[in-house]
Amino acid sequence: MSGIQALATEVKSTRAESLRHVDWTLTHLRDRALDDQIVSSVNVGDRVLDLGCGQGDLLDRLKWERKVHEQGIEIDGKAVTEAIARGLSVVHGDLEEGLGDLGDGSYDVVILNQVITVIRDPVTLIEESLRVGRRVIVTFPNFAVWRTRFQLLLRGRLPVTPSLPYQWHDTPNIRLVTVKDFRNLCRRLGLSVLKESYSSPGADGRFHPVRVWPNLRASSAMFCLSR
Amino acid sequence: MTRAETSRQAPHHSKQSVRQFPQDRDTGSVGRVQVQSVTFDGQEHVLHLQSGESLSPITVAYETYGKLSPSRDNAIMVCHALSGDAHAAGFHGTGPAEKPGWWDILIGPGKPLDTDRFFVICSNFLGSCYGTTGPTSIDPGTERPYGLTFPFFTIRDMVDVQCWLLDYLGIDTLLAVIGGSMGGMQALQWAISYPDRVRGVIPIATTAKMSAQGIALNEVGRQAILSDPKWQDGNYPEEDPPARGLALARMIAHITYLSEESMHRKFGRRFIGDNGRSFNFSRDFQVESYLHHQGDKFVQRFDSNTYLYISRAMDYFDLELDYGSLEEAFSGSLASFLVLSFTSDWLFPAGQSLEVVGALKRLGKEVSYCNIESDQGHDAFLLPGHRMGDLVAGILNRLTRGGGP
Repeated sequence: MSGIQALATEVKSTRAESLRHVDWTLTHLRDRALDDQIVSSVNVGDRVLDLGCGQGDLLDRLKWERKVHEQGIEIDGKAVTEAIARGLSVVHGDLEEGLGDLGDGSYDVVILNQVITVIRDPVTLIEESLRVGRRVIVTFPNFAVWRTRFQLLLRGRLPVTPSLPYQWHDTPNIRLVTVKDFRNLCRRLGLSVLKESYSSPGADGRFHPVRVWPNLRASSAMFCLSR
Repeated sequence: MTRAETSRQAPHHSKQSVRQFPQDRDTGSVGRVQVQSVTFDGQEHVLHLQSGESLSPITVAYETYGKLSPSRDNAIMVCHALSGDAHAAGFHGTGPAEKPGWWDILIGPGKPLDTDRFFVICSNFLGSCYGTTGPTSIDPGTERPYGLTFPFFTIRDMVDVQCWLLDYLGIDTLLAVIGGSMGGMQALQWAISYPDRVRGVIPIATTAKMSAQGIALNEVGRQAILSDPKWQDGNYPEEDPPARGLALARMIAHITYLSEESMHRKFGRRFIGDNGRSFNFSRDFQVESYLHHQGDKFVQRFDSNTYLYISRAMDYFDLELDYGSLEEAFSGSLASFLVLSFTSDWLFPAGQSLEVVGALKRLGKEVSYCNIESDQGHDAFLLPGHRMGDLVAGILNRLTRGGGP
């Protein structure tokens, strides 16, 4: 291994190290907020790559409800163990690193479920995902939802919400994005938006679909993209 | 032509189990097992070795656990590592102090290689000294042990012999082939040599090509044997082998099986008994005592020439050299892979597993990989205390039921 490669590996493992200490249980509910919408956007028999698949809850559903050929990449060793132990095909590694090995169009669908705010270079990740997959499903927490606006405006505090459940000092998120910002990005990159779906937690604590005024009302957003 | 025989004991100086580990109390043992053996000879069973030489006849010692299903689709081949044998699980019934087979944590009723569901085969590989033909076997041409006249053999040759055994057992396709360390090399070779005969491949703590560090350590071990005056160019009598050389080789190897952390945990700087510094060169520290014990134990159960040959087979393992690249090597493989490494393994570090994983991903093969958290070093694959078993069970479920609920 050359010095530069070694350094790159070290930098990446430092990032991996920082993500190891994140309490991912806080996001279990949020990470499942748009699963129904994602499942309905995947065709039966699709080849699906889930980047940051966690313990494979979504892949497991897709495998049984959509008969997909699943592949996951996940950085957290415990989650990888759970996923493989339940019979899923998952590789332990950094999703930003793992895409380089994959050929153009080797998947029908690439899923970026609640990951673009956690990684350093979301634009490259989305473009790489569109190289590897014909369609890319992106979900993210919408920072412009009324709850976060309210907390920042009236309480003067950084928002802690069901879709952004961390304090400023322990959050894995290094990017924040709103529905409008993401639409802008898609326009700038010349991507077609095949589908948008939104959800927000109701009084019962569960996530429900949101149809009107998503940038104000939705706490989680899903975009299905293609070139 | 094949000749089968069953013996109560392992055919050739097979002292009991290789390493110590507690038996898993939650699940069952396969109980009493026997080593079986089969001899392949005749024209259809001349082994054409990678070295260009050929070898015949070849006897293979093996054990099986569980029952072969009527459709013959539940067989799993277990490949052992450098100093292992066919006795992977259960007991030979030699006495109350007997330790179970070397992978008893993984094989048995209710265990990941569940003998209620699977038919598990483990054979002593070609060139070893536990019942399969090797340097200690009698050369039918001279009626004396082969010694250094035994031809050089490779991992690929070992797998060819394992395939003869599979034919002999009447099994067309393996559900899976699994092995750690040198056993993992055999698992990888299976996927390449017989792509249509194996559905799942589980290489653990291994590599697609022996690293310079690995070759270096093997060479030091070999030199320990070669420089023992008792080695006598390989012509030592069975009762007076180059024991010091072989023990030293084993001591060196044992260091590579552990990690700094596990050595610290097991021994620290503790002295033997209540002694402190003796101010001489006798054994003061527990870690010294442990290594000497491992070396002495090994001499009782292993042959020096055999060690030379097997470590050489390991050095020569290089799928890139044999096939041009890893992509070319695995291009014809139809199997689903589960590649496993351990975080504290510095003999076969995670990066070497990732080279295999990367090639499989580029080829679009079905592959799972996990770098298992453990401080036990390379030896982790033989030890309980981590989740290797759950991962293995996961891919076997995937292969049998497609996984899932």
